[in-house]
Amino acid sequence: MSTPRINAIQCEEALNRLFTYLDHELRGHRHAEMERHLKTCRSCFSRAEFERRLKSQLTEMAQEKAPTSLEQRIFALLKSF
Amino acid sequence: MNPDSENRDSFTEALTSVLDGLYGAALRLAKNRSDAEDLVAETAAKAWAKRASLKDRQCFRAWIFRILTNTFLSEFRKRALVPLYEPSDPEHEGDEQPFSIFDRLHQPFLLWWSHPEQDFLDQVMREQLERAIDALPECFRVAVILSDLEGFNYNEISTMLKIPVGTVRSRLARGRGLLQKALWGLVEEAGRGASAHRPADSAASGTIIPLTRRNTRKTP
Repeated sequence: MSTPRINAIQCEEALNRLFTYLDHELRGHRHAEMERHLKTCRSCFSRAEFERRLKSQLTEMAQEKAPTSLEQRIFALLKSF
Repeated sequence: MNPDSENRDSFTEALTSVLDGLYGAALRLAKNRSDAEDLVAETAAKAWAKRASLKDRQCFRAWIFRILTNTFLSEFRKRALVPLYEPSDPEHEGDEQPFSIFDRLHQPFLLWWSHPEQDFLDQVMREQLERAIDALPECFRVAVILSDLEGFNYNEISTMLKIPVGTVRSRLARGRGLLQKALWGLVEEAGRGASAHRPADSAASGTIIPLTRRNTRKTP
């Protein structure tokens, strides 16, 4: 089976794919084209890094410790069933 | 140990392992701690009642987040405190160009900044992120929470919300654009507030140009 050709993509197309790429939802040659573009385009690379860092700040925000009172409430609830 | 007790122990263990994540998501969905705790407790009760529908224990996290999301959406509709926002044309809800902080930071008259993205991200506060998420219309907020905060993939979100993957994609695009717009406004507002306390600072003009610069200055 022949390997699909990796085409050069333009910035506009790279930006269209950016979030799908950052969400790890790009597959195959579309992913490879994106990676290749980011290696050669400083502007799109900077944009990707910015969006990646902003996304990671959001992910960190989700790290919330459940209050002990909630844990106790859940345990009591499950015991009652 | 009897089977019921064993079943309950294993369910409790699985629930405990995702409890922090459930609470974090519930907090952003419900926007306050008291409702978030109620939402998680109700989710736990529903999940226990529906435990037979969980075919694969490996899928426990996605399964219980689906229950959490549905509980929130159904309760939200029931309470009708705020009308549920639904895009008028869901298939084309992502057509317009979303707001981009990066583009704003790279407007030509801002290029004298050496590291605008770095400076911007360094000054973003957790509270501002929370407020920006809380300001999103429900359908976009739920998609952003499930993807960016909880890390679910498009297929999982599509199953949880019972919408096509294309709609997940467009809701995320639109939601992220709105989130960035709100965040930009909040950071700009905070910068303006900070400079208002320094009358000699030329940044008091209120324009967005000195947004980062004035925050990097040392207070005398």
